[in-house]
Order: sequence, then structure tokens, then C-alpha cells
Amino acid sequence: MASNQIEMILSRQLADCLSIPVFLTDPEGNLLFYNEPAEELLGKRYEETGRMPVSEWSTIFKPVDETGSPLAPEELPLVKTLSQQQPAHGTFWIESLTGIRNKISVTAYPIIGRPDRFLGAVAIFWKTVEP
Amino acid sequence: MKITIWGTRGSLPAPSPENNQYGGNTSCVQVTYKDTMLILDAGSGIRRLGSDFPPDLRRIDILLTHLHMDHIMGLGFFLPLYNPALEINIWGPTSTREPLINRLQRYLSPPLFPIRLQDLPSQPNIIELNHSSFSIGSLQIQSAYVCHPGPTVGYRIESPDAVLTYIPDHEPALGAANFPNEPEWTSGYELAKDADLLLHDAQYTPDEYTPRVGWGHSSIEDALRFAEMAAVKRLLFFHHDPSHTDEYLHHLMERALHNKTYAFKTGIAAEGDSIVLP
Repeated sequence: MASNQIEMILSRQLADCLSIPVFLTDPEGNLLFYNEPAEELLGKRYEETGRMPVSEWSTIFKPVDETGSPLAPEELPLVKTLSQQQPAHGTFWIESLTGIRNKISVTAYPIIGRPDRFLGAVAIFWKTVEP
Repeated sequence: MKITIWGTRGSLPAPSPENNQYGGNTSCVQVTYKDTMLILDAGSGIRRLGSDFPPDLRRIDILLTHLHMDHIMGLGFFLPLYNPALEINIWGPTSTREPLINRLQRYLSPPLFPIRLQDLPSQPNIIELNHSSFSIGSLQIQSAYVCHPGPTVGYRIESPDAVLTYIPDHEPALGAANFPNEPEWTSGYELAKDADLLLHDAQYTPDEYTPRVGWGHSSIEDALRFAEMAAVKRLLFFHHDPSHTDEYLHHLMERALHNKTYAFKTGIAAEGDSIVLP
């Protein structure tokens, strides 16, 4: 079993301590870890799923804009971060498996270890409360 | 592969009558295999190693885990560095911005040291590494960043018939909710997996560790957990706290092993120990 590099291990450990939803992915977007608050968004427990390929977890969400039109993957902050290796931020709506639509803000940032090794990305989700 | 220990102490040299058995010098380990010789870290123990050197040796490789003082303080007192006939390579971890040579020069320059690094007669080569695999002579070496403040690597050194893992400063339990049950999420696992000998940080007691979480070191108990997870064949506790006397180290090991059985051998690394692997 190959182990993760220290930057990813520490990112996971931080996520594990936070009470906001956090995803941790590898450079290809495969979901390496998600914390307990993120389990609520995904409707799945990390202990049950373990790692999730991008092809699997990306189908769980249906991201849409304010008019309800589906968003192209390249418009999503995490996808931008993975493709451009830069931080990205965006607000959109998602429908969970249970059909509930939530407005969320996502901030994603790349994990670039010493010396300039692109190792993956972190995405922080924030449920936006409508006024 | 022959491993000789020249310094086991962490943080600060601690020579005293109470520390005679395990030694007072800081980290330094010599690895020899056929005609290849490596030195792991350049703590104060390297001074004595430098005056007890095979006279026919032409190349020396010093592999630094990181640049905390206890791991480099002996460099300026290592006599072979003043021998222009020797090829000396100093390997150490890459930082984000400042080259390794600049960081070493902070110590090897006035006012901390009278001789500048660039003025050393051997003109050592300074080589940066990170997650690297390379060979020196017949030894295959893997380095990887590990959990310790600042750029810090551990080393896995393989000969055709033995594996030594050296992680003298390491806090694999930091923040990990499930340590030691998820090897792939544990710092240093890949380096230590199935090693014949693991030299690992065991600086603290559990009580000492609690207020020092994040300082980059392990309790003796966490060192045991890490070694068990990595399925090593032998663990030597390393990087002894300067305040831990021989008698206290005995007591700590007995306490840590009380009513417990491990599949690997354990012991306390002592200055002057020589171990032949496998």
C-alpha cells in the first residue's frame, strides 16, 4: 500500500479537525478524503467509501447556476484549481442525492509541496444562508 | 550493512556521568557497506567519527535529515572537511525558497563559526533532495519529507540484503485521529515498511509529549506503535531527551514494554553501538 506524502497527510489531519466540509483530492481529482461535515453533503460516510474516483463522486452532485441550468465542470472551483493549479472560488447550487438544493460557496486551493510538487487540492464548502 | 552509532541524543548534547551508557552526543550514525560509507546527520557525534576514519577512504556522503542545530552542530568539527583530497557530498532537504547551501552557511560562517563553508579545504558538494530515490555506491536510498517542523526528511537505505530506516525527528501521531491504524495516512510509513532496523525518535514520555504536541517528536509509546504498524524487525529508540539519564531511559523502556509483546526487537540506541544487518 503506497502511503500519501506528508503534505497530503497534514492536509487530511487538518480537515479531520474542522467543522466545515472539506474535500481532499489528488491531482486527477480523485477524492482521497472527506471529513465528517462533508459526509453530510455527499450522503456517504468516508469509513464506508474510502477513496472515491472522480468519475464516481462527481456524479453525486448536480451543480447548477441561479437559473437552475447545469454548470460545466470547468466552471467549478475545484476543477479550476486542479487544471490551473491556482486557488479558485465560486458560489452555485447543488442538489444532493436526497434532492435537496443548497446554495454553497466553494473555495479550493492547490497543494504544492516543496519544491513545486503539485500534489492535489483542498476544497472547502460553505453552505450559504439565503437572506 | 554495518551501522555504527556516534550520537543518540536529541536537542542538545548532554554529556554527564549519568548519561555514560547511552551517550551525550547528538545525532550521528555511520553506515558502511562494502566500500561505501554514509554518515546520517552531523550532530556533535560526528567529531569523534571524523578522527577515527578509514585512511584509504576517498569519498564521504553526509545525509542530513534537517538543519536543526543538533543535527548539524558537528559539521565544522568534522576533520575530513579540512582535507582537500577528499570528495565530500552533503545532502539535505530542499526548502521552499532558500537554497540548502545558504541555509548551511548561516551556521558555517561568522559569528557562529570562524570558517566559512565556501572556505573549507574539501570544498564539499551541497546536494538538495526531497522525495528522492538515488544510489550511493551499492546502497539504494529513498528520502521523503516527514512530520517535523521545517523541511525534514527521513531516509530508507537498502543494500541487497538489508534495510535501515532512519527517522530521528518525527511526530507521526500529530493530529492523526486514528494513529496508528491507517498506514497510508501516516508520515514515514513508506520509509519504514518492513525495515530490518528502524532508528526512530522516542524523545518523550507520554506525559512530556502532551504539552509538546507539534514540536515534532514522539513519545516512546508512539515510536512502538509506529514500528508495529510498519512491521519492522527491530526498533531502536533514538533522539533521547537531554534530561533523560541512563537510569531513567531504562525505567521508561521497562514501563513502555510492561505486559506488552511485540513481534520485533526493541532497544535503546547507545553511542558506540555497532549493528550488522541483516
